[in-house]
Amino acid sequence: MNMKSPVPSCGLRAAAAIAALWLVAGGTHAGTVGDAAPAFALPTAQGGTISLLQLRGQVVYVDFWASWCAPCRRSFPWMNEMQQRYGGRGVTIVAINVDARRADADRFLWQYPATFAVVYDGTGATPGAYAVKAMPSSFIIDPQGRIAGVEHGFLEEHRGALEEKIRSLIVAR
Amino acid sequence: MVAFDRLPGIRSVRGARPVALILLAAGVAGCATMAPPQPWEKGTLARPEMQLDPDPLDTKITQHIYTSREAAAGGYVAGGGGCGCN
Repeated sequence: MNMKSPVPSCGLRAAAAIAALWLVAGGTHAGTVGDAAPAFALPTAQGGTISLLQLRGQVVYVDFWASWCAPCRRSFPWMNEMQQRYGGRGVTIVAINVDARRADADRFLWQYPATFAVVYDGTGATPGAYAVKAMPSSFIIDPQGRIAGVEHGFLEEHRGALEEKIRSLIVAR
Repeated sequence: MVAFDRLPGIRSVRGARPVALILLAAGVAGCATMAPPQPWEKGTLARPEMQLDPDPLDTKITQHIYTSREAAAGGYVAGGGGCGCN
């Protein structure tokens, strides 16, 4: 009988090593539900700074966006609506722009004005810390500073669930 | 493994094999630095001139002429055409 060797083949071992590496690389990223939200302190257009730490105690909706991101054109009016509806109830929306060129972001904002806070990170450090996987990506952060919800992309049919998530955190506050 | 020192042109050159190996290693390692862009780094790729079809209007006009004047039904995309029998 032709028995298979108990020692895994070279190819199998290589595949296992690659899988282990991939797991390790994936495991170091933050940005998953239950994790502490990575801190940031980023400039606004008016010359101020918004840091996540100063928003502790509030429900924070962090949105990563770019001028070239098509679904962002639909998420901006929705976030304006959320800002209007929940802004006075302890919810802060912070939209982090990731454009390399500031002029591109300004052109987008001129077309799609925002009533919520917009900050700028052209270096990619903050989206990297949050392990952003799609544009736009949103992170709902609870008053204790933990990530309570992650949304990749912006889908019309997910609006209700997102709003429900925000509302449930206001109640829990 | 290719026997570089047995290739006709290289046989007489001393140390050709190490040089070839170094070149091969450098060539292979060159791909290692090609990390795909992160999702937030795709601004340049999203520019209109970076699209597969940088000028959709021009393509549409060209296709129209191709279809109507050269009797190539369907332009570039559909099979057949030219004989007027389809």
